[in-house]
Amino acid sequence: MADTGMLNAAAAVTQPLRGTLAAGPRGPKPKNKFSRSNIIIYGTLFVVALYYALPLYVMIVTSLKGLPEIRMGNIFAPPLEVTFQPWVKAWQEACTGINCDGLSRGFWNSVRILIPSVILSVAIASVNGYALSMWKFKGSEVFFTILMIGAFIPYQVMLYPIVILLREAGLYGSLTGLVLVHVAFGMPINTLLFRNYFASIPEELFKAARVDGAGFWAIFFKIILPMSLPICVVALIIQVTGIWNDFLFGVTYISSPDRYPMTVQLNNIVNSVQGVKEYNVNMAATLLTGLVPLVIYFASGKLFVRGIAAGAVKG
Amino acid sequence: MTIQNASVSIKNLDLSFGAVKVLQNLNLDIGDGEFLVLLGSSGCGKSTLLNVIAGLLEPTDGQIWIKDKNVTWAEPSERGIGMVFQSYALYPQMTVEGNLTFGLKNAKVPKAEIAKRVARAAEILQIEPLLKRKPGALSGGQRQRVAIGRALVRDVEVFLFDEPLSNLDAKLRADLRVELKRLHNNLKNTMIYVTHDQVEAMTLADRIAIMKGGKIMQLGTPAEIYGKPQNLYVADFIGSPSMTFFDGTVDGNIMRIPGHDLPLGRYEFTSQPAPGTPAIIGIRPEHVMTGDNLRSAPYTTVVEIDLVEPMGSDTLVYCKFGGQTMRVRMDGQAQVAVGDRLTIGIDPAAASLFDKTTEVRL
Repeated sequence: MADTGMLNAAAAVTQPLRGTLAAGPRGPKPKNKFSRSNIIIYGTLFVVALYYALPLYVMIVTSLKGLPEIRMGNIFAPPLEVTFQPWVKAWQEACTGINCDGLSRGFWNSVRILIPSVILSVAIASVNGYALSMWKFKGSEVFFTILMIGAFIPYQVMLYPIVILLREAGLYGSLTGLVLVHVAFGMPINTLLFRNYFASIPEELFKAARVDGAGFWAIFFKIILPMSLPICVVALIIQVTGIWNDFLFGVTYISSPDRYPMTVQLNNIVNSVQGVKEYNVNMAATLLTGLVPLVIYFASGKLFVRGIAAGAVKG
Repeated sequence: MTIQNASVSIKNLDLSFGAVKVLQNLNLDIGDGEFLVLLGSSGCGKSTLLNVIAGLLEPTDGQIWIKDKNVTWAEPSERGIGMVFQSYALYPQMTVEGNLTFGLKNAKVPKAEIAKRVARAAEILQIEPLLKRKPGALSGGQRQRVAIGRALVRDVEVFLFDEPLSNLDAKLRADLRVELKRLHNNLKNTMIYVTHDQVEAMTLADRIAIMKGGKIMQLGTPAEIYGKPQNLYVADFIGSPSMTFFDGTVDGNIMRIPGHDLPLGRYEFTSQPAPGTPAIIGIRPEHVMTGDNLRSAPYTTVVEIDLVEPMGSDTLVYCKFGGQTMRVRMDGQAQVAVGDRLTIGIDPAAASLFDKTTEVRL
């Protein structure tokens, strides 16, 4: 290190001399911060950011105002008097039908749907992807193709047949039935995700484990799974947001308002036609409903990007 | 050649992927404690054969015997083999120790025994200070040692190496090659080693099997393969720089090539061909005589130098001879330049003759 330091010092001494010898440009090329391309790039970014941020701003601001203030009509103005009453009301007191215990009921319903659905679908899809990429069997490609076709059939086509299936199984209207539907519909995309990620793991690793006497499950749990955190996080995020935001299945396969997931309940609160439109409560309720996916994104954003990239490289 | 008490026997092995025949009716006996190298260019089936021996691929037909046991349908872990891969294939989330013990734990080997074997392997490979590290914190050479260690602790009869040195840089490769040879001398296990590097093959092997298109082209000691290649493919493949080949005809004891009649006096024919048989003669660059050696040459001629490639220890000289560009290996100190005239001597006894149609050694 001392040597390079001395060299640098020596170089610095000769610098001015060289400057006088050759008067041409040297060093890094100066950049114009206000070049036309920079203005276009940052201008576009600003407009797009505004486009997404503004509605969120309006929602937050409105949810913190009282109803008299909202009636004055300045939707962009910050609240004169900050109140959290609308949030409390949305969570505890807002009415849907005959129940007046707010969104909390829907929240817990959604949690009860979300947790088993996510765990089951990620668990099954990871094993699917593992088997399809590393233990290729006769017809495994056909099986995979069929699974992929499943991803492209519109939900509307399957809506009613599933009602019949659930009814015959005695699960129509129950949370268990809805969980099964979520697990099934999450299968194609998550299997694809896991399969592609596992395909990027060197085959020799798998061979080495087989020589070491590990079987199907030992290789999966001891070798493959510990290497799969990024893709597990991706699958987790896709499933959590997808299932949490689901409205269609919730409203179709749940028969009683007592068991409606949060999204359906939110819809019922916002669209209720009785009495005054409480915009602040509606905004607070909407923000509350969107909170779970938001938290998941913030908590695992970095891993999410890494996992998406890892799964995308090899197909 | 049949071998008594063969360690590994491959009997009439066939392997096809769909319509593609990767291995064709392959027979191979590998002796106890032998170091056998499977050599060939990529796609010749050498790695496939190794994977079949390991049990990682199922053969279409045929049998594999290891230590007098038919293991054709046995699991890889039940065959008594250890395997070392080109990409090391260390489990990234485990420490070196975890990597070494993974197989033993799967086999439910008692703890004391595991500790003993790990200690022994670590001592042999000098990886004791690395045991608590993860593979990511190791250099390429260290990783490959650990990979060898993983085969070592399994305490098996047969070691399988799948191009283990190909990912290392040239100097490290040479070092580890020597270590592997020493390891084999000490352990005396049967080793089957796949490579496309002929230097590795020549230096390590007791016997080399040269493969092409799923078949063994020649099986023999390095000296046999180098000195008496059985066909044109092997002759061309082995030796760097490779042989120069001349088309011509054999007439009794004369090989006629354009412009020259080479006397075949001391050449050992496998079978004497009929007069006028079209043939190919292959001459290694190091067998072309120059300078003081010329006195013993049965045939001498003068050529003009086309191109000179100094390589340090040797100098490779290109010259026109018999309508071909012939390579001549000279001493590194030789003072030669393009355009010089050079007297060369050829001894057909050291050359190889092949039938032009069958490409088999004459």
